[in-house]
Amino acid sequence: MKLTKIAAAAAVAVVAASPVMADLVFPSLSYRTGAYAVGGIPFADGYADYMTLVNERDGGVGGVMTRVIECETAYNTEKGVECYEATKGEGALIYQPLSTGITYQLIPKASADGIPVHSMGYGRTSAANGKVFEWVFNYPANYWTGASAAVNYISAQEGGSLKGKTIALVYHNSGYGKEPIRTLEVLAEKHGYSLMLVPVDHPGQEQKSQWLQIRQQKPDYVLLWGWGVMNQVAIQEAANIRFPMDHMIGIWWSGAEADVLPAGDASNGYKALALTGVGNEYPLFADIQKYVVDAGKAAGAGDQIGTVPYNRGIYAAMLAVEAVKTAQAMHGVADITPVMMRDGMENLMMDEAKMTALGLPNFGPTFNVSCENHGGPGLASVTQWDAGAKKWNVIAPFEAPDMDVISALVAADSEAYAAENAITPRDCK
Amino acid sequence: MPDQVLFGIEAATNGLMAGVMYSLVALGFVLIFKASGIFNYAQGVMALFAALTLVGLQEGQVPFAHLINAIFGTEVHHFGWHMPALLAILLALAVMVLFAILVERYVLKHLVNQEPIILFMATIGLAYFMEGFGDLMWGSDIKKLDVGLIQGINATIDETTYNWFGYGFYIDNLDISATIVAAILVTVLVLFSQYTKQGRAMRAVADDHQAALSVGISLRFIWVLVWSIAGFVALVAGIMWGSKSGVQFSLSLIALKALPVLMLGGFTSIPGAIVGGLIIGMGEKLFEFAIGPMIGGATENWFAYMLALIFLVFRPQGLFGEKIIERV
Repeated sequence: MKLTKIAAAAAVAVVAASPVMADLVFPSLSYRTGAYAVGGIPFADGYADYMTLVNERDGGVGGVMTRVIECETAYNTEKGVECYEATKGEGALIYQPLSTGITYQLIPKASADGIPVHSMGYGRTSAANGKVFEWVFNYPANYWTGASAAVNYISAQEGGSLKGKTIALVYHNSGYGKEPIRTLEVLAEKHGYSLMLVPVDHPGQEQKSQWLQIRQQKPDYVLLWGWGVMNQVAIQEAANIRFPMDHMIGIWWSGAEADVLPAGDASNGYKALALTGVGNEYPLFADIQKYVVDAGKAAGAGDQIGTVPYNRGIYAAMLAVEAVKTAQAMHGVADITPVMMRDGMENLMMDEAKMTALGLPNFGPTFNVSCENHGGPGLASVTQWDAGAKKWNVIAPFEAPDMDVISALVAADSEAYAAENAITPRDCK
Repeated sequence: MPDQVLFGIEAATNGLMAGVMYSLVALGFVLIFKASGIFNYAQGVMALFAALTLVGLQEGQVPFAHLINAIFGTEVHHFGWHMPALLAILLALAVMVLFAILVERYVLKHLVNQEPIILFMATIGLAYFMEGFGDLMWGSDIKKLDVGLIQGINATIDETTYNWFGYGFYIDNLDISATIVAAILVTVLVLFSQYTKQGRAMRAVADDHQAALSVGISLRFIWVLVWSIAGFVALVAGIMWGSKSGVQFSLSLIALKALPVLMLGGFTSIPGAIVGGLIIGMGEKLFEFAIGPMIGGATENWFAYMLALIFLVFRPQGLFGEKIIERV
């Protein structure tokens, strides 16, 4: 008995005395359950698969292995905060929570803890102002640049003038859905179109009233700002009232395969903004197949590769890894800290040569991040659904939004936030 | 006729149709509550599970494929068939009957004579179990449901009303189908409960468990019967709602639409579920049409509950519910 105890104590001592293997920790606040799992699962798979690829093919980043800690949030803000609290002590380098609600809750917490938050295409838009939001990033695009990109695209379709036109915003009646309203109102004054606001309550299973309203008032275009089941029902209802699909444009959270497939052929021609390239015709995917899927190390079944949310997960992970590389080069340290990660993110440069070398040519826009600008250039492309071929086609390349309008709105909102929270903006010189 | 009046009539008509869709969900709750006094929290998940099973069978999906592949290293996903809709519906119904038997055997049987809150808690557990089980069995991806129901604007109504009023009314073909199905369903349920031996036994159990047992009615059989019928109603609701949005896990949230209908119509009345659904549906659509734009819209969810609460003030048992009198 004594010997057993001694052996056990010795084993514990050996384990305790062993050097802790360094790793780069990336918490993944995923949602594989609940009403929004359809979008959450492929994103989480893409994120995890990219990190696995980096480990399997490259031996980690700068020789240090990546470690993804998944924590299920079910797209629930409270659970998201619990996940943050449960994982931050593991040496978390960055949080990319894929939820505007969770992002809002994490902004003060992560800022106090000194851990960067990257809300790519979601979250608090005015976090683009790095002087106020030192630890929050939302490159390469945000809701307001998305709204502007959509309006610019519609304007181009209408020969450069939107005077007398009506654009309806069908939006999720939440903080997320309401984000673009102020931008669209300012743009309406500038371009001369009328803005029609059509809110849809969570979850959006029933939207008859909203689409009757659209049928009665006949807007020229519909912008869809939904998530989850709201998207599928909206596209089906639009088809039901015979609203022209090519006059309906979704934000990038309303532009996945799962959003259009349930409506079948009726969804043909539907358009959506995109943050990344579409499909799986990129050299990187061959590596994912070889090193991750075929090796039996994929996070999912491997059947989501090339879908919009999977590619977005890949993109989010790739941007995180590139920020790690930048931080490692800046500080000359492989096993970086969250503070170094923040430096890497603030000095991130994404150019075409880098993306081509990564096996993702033209997959995302080229951009630089800086101390002042945490939001990037706000470029978005426009894609259109081909129901026959069951695939998205890019119909307008990455283009710049109306930054004059957006910058003023970002400055006003972030300064108000700074005043409310007694934050002295950084001097980025 | 002024445009606003026509729009209002159109909104009211669509509200009635939407109300039928709510009633389809509420019916399942009523059946189980009426026969066993259990508020079945799992009714929404049953609709989801039934619809998942239907699509899975129809598309020849291998159940538990991910699990099988992960354990045995295989790559099986589909059987390679496409089953006719009717056969798939019948098999899905058989699965729901099997589910009812299992629920009775492994859950309800052990909770006889327990407080209603215990039974309610058991159905909460059942809901979470079924959601996870459905995920494991059929996967969590969104599935297109096609059993041949036509969707989209009804051209005949559109043209006819346009000729009459100069404005074509929008009525969804799917809503028309739902109305016909609901009418048939309610008729069959009423005939079954009034004119068949099992129906009378169901009503006897609903009235008094002890008295029913004393005259030789098998409580266990009645519970299986009721949960099977509720499973069938869930399948119908799952088909109607799933046709609109695709079959996905948010389908279980349709239960939220049934609660105000139950509060208004009463938990123990089949006609109450229908009338309650119609009132809620029409009320919320008219309110959204007339008042919604003035107060920012998206009023339907809270208006339905507010309407139900107002009814509760005057009739706590709902419009058609049984008045509970407890003598001390």
